[in-house]
Amino acid sequence: MRASPYDEMLEASGGPRSHCSDYWRWLEVQPQERLAQKRSEADALFHRVGITFAVYGENSGTERLIPFDIVPRIIPAQEWTRLEAGLAQRVRALNRFIADVYHDQEILRAGVIPAKRVLCNAQYRPEMQGLEVPGGIYAHIAGIDVVRDASGTFRVLEDNLRVPSGVSYMLENRKMMMRLFPELFAHHAVAPVEHYPDLLLENLKSVAPTGVSDPTVVLLTPGMYNSAYFEHAFLAQQMGIELVEGQDLFVLDDALYMRTTRGPQRVDVVYRRVDDDFLDPLSFRPDSTLGVPGLLTVYRAGHVTIANAIGTGLADDKSIYPYVPEMIRFYLAEAPLLENVHTWILDDPEDRAYALDHLEELVVKEVHGAGGYGMLIGPAASAIQIEDFRRRIRAHPERYIAQPTLALSTSPTFSAAGVAPRHIDLRPFVLSGRDVAIVPGGLTRVALREGSLVVNSSQGGGTKDTWVLGP
Amino acid sequence: MLSRTADHLYWMSRYLERAENVARMIDAHQRLSLLPRTAEAVMQGWQATLVSLGVADAFFDRHDSPTARPAFDFLAFDRQHPGSIVQCLRAARENARAVRGTITSDVWETLNSTYLESLAFTEKVPESARGEFLEWVRYRAHLIRGVISATLLRDEAHCFTRIGTFIERADNTTRLLESRWRDPGGGGERLRAEASEWAVLLRAMSAFEVFRRLYRDSVTPQRVTEMLLMRDDLPQSVHRCLDELQSGLAAVANSRSDETCRRVGELHARFHYGRFEDFVAEGLPQFLDRFQVRLRELGVRIADDFLVPAS
Repeated sequence: MRASPYDEMLEASGGPRSHCSDYWRWLEVQPQERLAQKRSEADALFHRVGITFAVYGENSGTERLIPFDIVPRIIPAQEWTRLEAGLAQRVRALNRFIADVYHDQEILRAGVIPAKRVLCNAQYRPEMQGLEVPGGIYAHIAGIDVVRDASGTFRVLEDNLRVPSGVSYMLENRKMMMRLFPELFAHHAVAPVEHYPDLLLENLKSVAPTGVSDPTVVLLTPGMYNSAYFEHAFLAQQMGIELVEGQDLFVLDDALYMRTTRGPQRVDVVYRRVDDDFLDPLSFRPDSTLGVPGLLTVYRAGHVTIANAIGTGLADDKSIYPYVPEMIRFYLAEAPLLENVHTWILDDPEDRAYALDHLEELVVKEVHGAGGYGMLIGPAASAIQIEDFRRRIRAHPERYIAQPTLALSTSPTFSAAGVAPRHIDLRPFVLSGRDVAIVPGGLTRVALREGSLVVNSSQGGGTKDTWVLGP
Repeated sequence: MLSRTADHLYWMSRYLERAENVARMIDAHQRLSLLPRTAEAVMQGWQATLVSLGVADAFFDRHDSPTARPAFDFLAFDRQHPGSIVQCLRAARENARAVRGTITSDVWETLNSTYLESLAFTEKVPESARGEFLEWVRYRAHLIRGVISATLLRDEAHCFTRIGTFIERADNTTRLLESRWRDPGGGGERLRAEASEWAVLLRAMSAFEVFRRLYRDSVTPQRVTEMLLMRDDLPQSVHRCLDELQSGLAAVANSRSDETCRRVGELHARFHYGRFEDFVAEGLPQFLDRFQVRLRELGVRIADDFLVPAS
C-alpha cells in the first residue's frame, strides 16, 4: 500500500501551503483561456528562439520542444537552505572519493566500499591513476537529482557527474516566466538564477593549469546534431567563450590549440560536453571523430584542464550510489544531511533474494542505464514484464539495482483538463572550483502524463520554472 | 575567431545572398515571359537562367524541357536541389545554428523564423501567389541583412559575413548579366524588344530607377552592363562588391593571406582603372566567364587562408 504523494503546493486538506498562498490565490482566479493562451505563446517563443532538440532516429528535419509548464515549482527559503547544505556536502565528498580512488584508495583499504565495485567498474579509468588535477577537483559541474518522498523528505535519487545537462532550461524557463507573467515577479521575491554562466566561467577559470594567469576556456561540443546542442551554444555564448568541435582543436608539442582565422591559439581549459569514450581516439574509442587525438597526453602533462575530469563516471554509477552516505562519513566525518533512497544491490545474494520476492513493488534499474530507459516500475508493470526482469536479474545480477517505488511529490501542472497534480523531481547544479557554488533552485522536471513517474524528456517529461523564495 | 566559426558565418551570408539572387533571377524571367515572346523564346530564357546558375545538368536529370512551371519549382521549392531558394534558406539557417553563440539572438531568431516560414512554401504554391513568394524572399533577405547591420559587433565575425555577402553578390550579378547575354532574345522588332528585356533585368535587380537617374537615356544592353559592372557607388555592381571584398579581406588579413589580398586588389583594379570599352572589345560573355573563374579561385583561396586552414 503506497502512501499518497506529497504535494509541493497544497496541504492534504486542499488549501495552499503557506509559502504558496499568494501564488495559489493568483492562479485560482486566472481564466483557463488565458493560461492556455500563455502556454501556446511559450511554445511559439521556444520554437522561434530554437530551444529545440533533435530526436535520434527521426528525420533530420524534426526538432522538438521540451514541453514547458507555466505553473512554477516553489521552494521556501528555509527548505532550500537545508537542501543546499546537503548538496554541497555530498558533492564535496564525491570529489574527495574520486581523488582518493585515483590516488591512495584509502576508502577501499578501509573496506568501506568493496574494491571490486570500483576497480572492475567500466567507468574506472586507469589512465587517471596518480594524475594530479588542479585543486583536486574532478566533478566541476554536478547535477544531483533530488526527489521528495511521501513524508516530504528530500532524497537524492541519482548523482550526475559526467556531463550533466539541463541548466539552459533552468535559465530559459525563468526568462520565459518573466516574459509571460511579469506581474508575478513583482509580488514574489524569487531568488535569481541568471548569474549561473558567470559562476560557471569563474569556476572554470579557477581550475586552469597552474601558472596560467589569463586562461582561455572553450566549450567542446559533439556538434549541432547533438540533442543538447542548444545548451552548448547557449552556455558558450553566455560565457563569451568559443564553442569548439573536436576538429577545431589539435595537439602540438604537449599543448592544445584551436584553429583560428589568425592562426593557432593556445587552449587552457576545456569544458567538455563529450563523453570520456569519445575524447581522444588515440586513448579511448579509436573510431571517435568528436575528440582530439593526443588530448590525453596534454592532459596528463598538466597543460590543460578538462572539466569534468576524465573518469568521474565511476562515482555516479548506480552501484556506487548506495555508498555515498558512507563516503560522507569517511571523508568529512559528518553525518549526511541528505538522504539516499534505499537501494538493493542485486549481485548481493541477500539483497537479490529480497528483491526477487518483491519485484511487484520495486523499481529495478540498470546500473549503467540513463534516460529512463531499461527500467522496471513494479507496481505499473504487467506480470510478463516482471517475469522478464526476474529472468534478466538472475542471468546478470551485477547489472541491476532495485529501489522502493517512491511516491514522487507532485506539483499543480497545467494540463488539457485544467490544473492538476503531476509528479516532479529536481536537478540542482553544483559547481565546484575553489569553492562550491549552487544557484538557488535548479531544473524541475515533470512527468506530464497523469500518474506517470518518469520525468525524462525522452519519455514525455516536461520542465517547470523553479522558484526559491526569499526568507 | 575560430576558423570554423568564420566558415559558418561566411556561408550563412553566401546562402542568404544566393537565395535572394535566385529569387531575382526567377523574377526576371517571370517578367520576361510576360513580354510578347514565342513559347520557344520563353523556354530559351529559362534555359539560359539554368545554365548561368550552373544547374542545367541537375535540372535535365529530372525534367525534359525548361517550361515555366518545372523551372520555377526546381529553382524555388525543390528540396532535393541544394541550390533552390528553400534549400539556400535552410543552409543559411543551419550555418547560423552552428554559430548561434557568435551572432546576436536577433540575427539568429530572424533567420530561424525565416526558415520556419519557408517550410510552408512548396510546389503547391499556386501560380497567383508565386510573385508574392519571390517578394517574401527579397524582404526577408533585406530584413536579415538589416538585423546583421544593426546588431552585430563590428569585429571579424562581421567581416566574414560581409566577405560572404559580396563574393556571392559579385558572382550573382555576373551570372544574371551572363544569362541575359546568353539569351538570344525575343526576336520581332529587335531594338524595342531588347530595351524592354533589359529593363526587366533592371527591375529584377531593383536598379531601374537608379539607371534612369544615372543615364537619363534609353535602356541598352551596353549601358545596363556598364552600370552593373562599373559603378562603384551602386551596391549591386561588381565594382562595388570588389571594393567591399578588398576592404573586408584587408581587415582580417593574416600571415597566410598576402597572395589572396593581392589577387583581389588586382581584380579590383581592373574595374577601378579599367575601361568598359576594353571589356566590350574582349567580348562581354567571354569576359564575364573569365571573371567568374577568377572569383571561384578567390573563394578557394579564402577558404584555404581563413576558413579551413591545413593546420
